[in-house]
Amino acid sequence: MRITVNGRSLEAMPGWSVGDLVRSRTEEQRRVAVARNGEVVPRGQWDSTPLAEGDLIEVLAPVAGG
Amino acid sequence: MDQLMIAGEKFESRLVLGTGGLPSLDVLDKVIHCSGTEMVTVALRRIEASTSGPLLSVLERCRVRLLPNTAGCMTAREAVLTAKLAREAFETSWVKLEVIGDEHTLLPDPVELLDAAEQLVADGFTVLPYTNDDPIMARRLADIGCAAVMPLGSPIGSGLGIRNPHNIALIREAVSVPVVLDAGIGTASDAALAMELGCDAVLLATAVTRAHDPELMATAMRDAVSAGRLAYRAGRIPRRWHAQASTQVSGLPEL
Repeated sequence: MRITVNGRSLEAMPGWSVGDLVRSRTEEQRRVAVARNGEVVPRGQWDSTPLAEGDLIEVLAPVAGG
Repeated sequence: MDQLMIAGEKFESRLVLGTGGLPSLDVLDKVIHCSGTEMVTVALRRIEASTSGPLLSVLERCRVRLLPNTAGCMTAREAVLTAKLAREAFETSWVKLEVIGDEHTLLPDPVELLDAAEQLVADGFTVLPYTNDDPIMARRLADIGCAAVMPLGSPIGSGLGIRNPHNIALIREAVSVPVVLDAGIGTASDAALAMELGCDAVLLATAVTRAHDPELMATAMRDAVSAGRLAYRAGRIPRRWHAQASTQVSGLPEL
């Protein structure tokens, strides 16, 4: 299953959820936000949201900024 | 007390600090402490580029309110989605709404900005829009329910100060919500001028974070904002074309 995460195409494990993907990226999940195909995936729905072929995912975290 | 009120929240400090541009996060807590600020801006980026661990621990230690921005967004759609992601990440519905028109000037795109502001206000956000120094646009943003308006003094990071003080004073007259001078501050006198013009607060980042000594400049900005506010409340004297002696003329001897 090909998906794009933060601009990079990758092969996702079958059956993976948004939550699985986030946990594979970071140990610090506090203050992380996820967009899937242009919509916010609320934290409470990460584990119940399966990844699908062609998904465009953005996994974002805080930075200092003006 | 002369407190700043934004959307029902009280602030003792009238300085909002942007956190971007520091060479190292090691001095962030000292800079926040010296500035006296109670609210700092933060942003979201792809997690590979994030510095969230040290940043969040400093901000939590300093007990400041977080104001997420939508920096880098060029359309209403991007800005609205970024604000919603920030609400999720930072657990706040406050947003510094930036929708820029190009990467060269970083000036706000007023059409996209108004569109994004309307959508976010309707969704329950407390919207603080970064806007041009245009009194009409400021009034439109206030009319649709923005919690404050944040006109620029000059382009972001330029340090050119307040290029159109007259418009900033007109904006103060045009809206009843707080006016926060945002962008362009170069040094302490710029911040003092903003407050003397009637602004309710100043938001600055680069002037402090890229100063030779950020802690010292943060202290200077704290004092400048405070002094400017006092001068505004005290009421400046009218400008005169000719001199007016301050020592009485009556009783002057003929020598």
